[in-house]
Amino acid sequence: MTVNTMMNAAEMEAIAARHPHLIHGSSRKRIRSALIFAGIALYMIYSWWFFSIGQVLTNANWGIAGTYLADWVSYEVRPDIKIAADGAMQVVYPRFSPLGPDARPEWVKIETKTIERTIDAPAATQQALPKSSTFSFMAPKAAVGRSAEAEVKPERSSEEVVSRATISFNSATSVDVVDRTVTATHNGETLLIDLDPGRGVQPKGDLPDWATQKRPGEKITLAFGMTGWADVDVEKVSIHNRFPGWANFIFDTSSPFFNKSFGEVAGLIFAGERLDPARSNLSLAWNNILYNAEWQHLDVWTKLLQTIVMAFVGTLFASIVAFPLCFLAARNITRNGVLNQVTKRFFDFLRSVDMLIWALFFTRAFGPGPLAGMSAIFFTDTGTLGKLYSEALENIDDKQREGVKSVGAAPLAVQRYGVLPQVLPVFASQALYFWESNTRSATIIGAVGAGGIGLKLWEAMRTNSDWENVCYMVILILIVIFIFDSISNLLRSRLIGQKIH
Amino acid sequence: MATSAPFPTLSDNGAVVERHWQELNLRRRTYTFIGLALLAMALSGSLWFANETNAGKFFDRLPYFFDFVGDLVPRDGAEIGRAMFDLASPYDDGSLKYNYPEGRMYLTDTIYVPEYVYRMLETLNIAIFSTIFGMFFGFILCFLAARNLMPNPWVRGLVRRLMEILRAFPEVVIAGFFLAILSLGPIPAMIAVSIHTVGALGKLFFEVVENADMRPEEGLRATGGNWIERVWFGMVPQVLPNFMSYALLRLEINVRASTIIGAVGGGGIGEPLRLSIGQAHEAKTLAIIILLFSTIIAVDQFSAWLRRRLVGDQAFQLAQ
Repeated sequence: MTVNTMMNAAEMEAIAARHPHLIHGSSRKRIRSALIFAGIALYMIYSWWFFSIGQVLTNANWGIAGTYLADWVSYEVRPDIKIAADGAMQVVYPRFSPLGPDARPEWVKIETKTIERTIDAPAATQQALPKSSTFSFMAPKAAVGRSAEAEVKPERSSEEVVSRATISFNSATSVDVVDRTVTATHNGETLLIDLDPGRGVQPKGDLPDWATQKRPGEKITLAFGMTGWADVDVEKVSIHNRFPGWANFIFDTSSPFFNKSFGEVAGLIFAGERLDPARSNLSLAWNNILYNAEWQHLDVWTKLLQTIVMAFVGTLFASIVAFPLCFLAARNITRNGVLNQVTKRFFDFLRSVDMLIWALFFTRAFGPGPLAGMSAIFFTDTGTLGKLYSEALENIDDKQREGVKSVGAAPLAVQRYGVLPQVLPVFASQALYFWESNTRSATIIGAVGAGGIGLKLWEAMRTNSDWENVCYMVILILIVIFIFDSISNLLRSRLIGQKIH
Repeated sequence: MATSAPFPTLSDNGAVVERHWQELNLRRRTYTFIGLALLAMALSGSLWFANETNAGKFFDRLPYFFDFVGDLVPRDGAEIGRAMFDLASPYDDGSLKYNYPEGRMYLTDTIYVPEYVYRMLETLNIAIFSTIFGMFFGFILCFLAARNLMPNPWVRGLVRRLMEILRAFPEVVIAGFFLAILSLGPIPAMIAVSIHTVGALGKLFFEVVENADMRPEEGLRATGGNWIERVWFGMVPQVLPNFMSYALLRLEINVRASTIIGAVGGGGIGEPLRLSIGQAHEAKTLAIIILLFSTIIAVDQFSAWLRRRLVGDQAFQLAQ
């Protein structure tokens, strides 16, 4: 028997006329989906208004966002060129400069001269030179950078001071300060600025795009893009020179290995004289790395390990506790409606009291630290895993259980040989999945004090200046998450016997 | 077990099989034992480490374990209701503990929204908004990441890596970064949760697409449909119920996530909760917990009901 399955147009139209609902779909359905989309659109408009999103986004300080993002992968060196009332200059680096206490970078070129200065009583000096009083009476600790040797004597003295300072940001950008005149060059354009103590900051000629001055006489800001910026004021030229990379990632400025090349450090470690007679150079170097003041490697690693441990122990305990309880909750295993309901509601309770609430309570109980986070994950996940496990139990194939029962096995043996082989891979796979996802959530609850790297991240962000540390921790977290993701995927695909993402 | 019959002796071949089985069994047991031993070692090491680095030691602090129950007993039961609805308290002594009416958000001169209800709504809105946002972008990205629709491995790989990074990037960092730029408020939390949701939903979505039936798409290809037509008419109708179901699951998770982000400065109910637990304001804490608990249960129940209607009983696995 052969049936011609090909239809001509007339036949098709006849079928369409007989069953219009198949071709056109019901109008109710169409209206419904249109309504759903309209509802969603309306909701988004409402949220826009409720949170006044537009207003917040326009008021935001987007300029600072670029700086913060740049801070993730670069750092600034900030020498200040201070100009005293008599025109003598001095280059000063801030106390925690990434270049260390005795910086002589190549990009700062200095010419010096010796002058005779008369210094009266300190009070009078302060009146005469309000901003540059530190110049003469500097504490030895603050005398960093290539400063003149200041003598703390209230009398006539001869000093060596800076007469000209040239800062080259890169080949196309430089700032030159000499005789109260700043010459800024950027991409072929040159700007001359006079620093007049009486009239303020006076540019010669029009300001180029990269220079801004809010009011005549006030400071001029020179923005050189990614390579840095500078503030030019009458008494001080602040240089912000930006370099890519992380400063002093291995050794901080107080370490004896600071500013040494890899070869030098290796030479010192393996063949050099002991820098500290009490211990070998290797242990000194390792100690300096661990206690690097800027990067705090040991602390970061400890906190990261805490996060990992919190997720691991929390999930493990949760699955150990959920395992026996889920047998009570599954209605096909325990034929007792009351007991099923009580166990299930208990799981729901643990799950619905948020992980945050548990974390806050346990932080009060144990004090800040991983025990709190661990317990929070344990409590929440006992609920979640219990619920999932009991659902897995309720979906098992009854035939195996009946088979084991039919040969007269004891109740416990029925569970062991009839039920467990079916559900154990599922249980283990679920536990692994939650182990992995808890590693992620442990980061967040850490920020409320429940231990782990979360709090450290949060503190680093709060300062708004340690974004490079944030970047470092984020990279570590991402590495840990990707490793655990792969381990968990590998184990789960072996347990279930197929690829699970 | 029947023990009366004598145990039958095995044939030679049978004995070989039996021996092999014994060996296999022994090996499996050894592996299980080694695995468990490793797990036990890791566990005890972890516990020791956690205890060492914690502020309070476990056994020292254990007697105080249930202290939080004490933090939850208000002076009388009605205090909870007063804290929840911002009614004046008879114990008001001017301290922060009993200043419930101060949080009122007046809509008109007399009608007000209680502070915590308002904050809860804010959290809920953060969750809904970011779920919709994540669903929208996850929807766009997932077709570019599915093997059966995007033959170009570079585009596919790029989109998948992008989604992985969006998913794994700690939410707290995104929230903190935008807090620094946008100042306090719920929007940093919305951005953080949304970004995470795009990655998470995108991944679930493209797995749905990869498991979809390709015949409608082939039909459209045969009639000369372009890529967008094939996706829109051949793929979207069959995957949409599953997408909705996953989005609803995500909504449940996002309600919790936005509470947590709120606790670190992102607006919503998280912050008052953290403060009131920290300052031991029993009635306020209980009021917030009850609000949060009932909201979470309501969202879970609503989502479960809707998912059952959309995709039937299959849709009950949790995904995170």
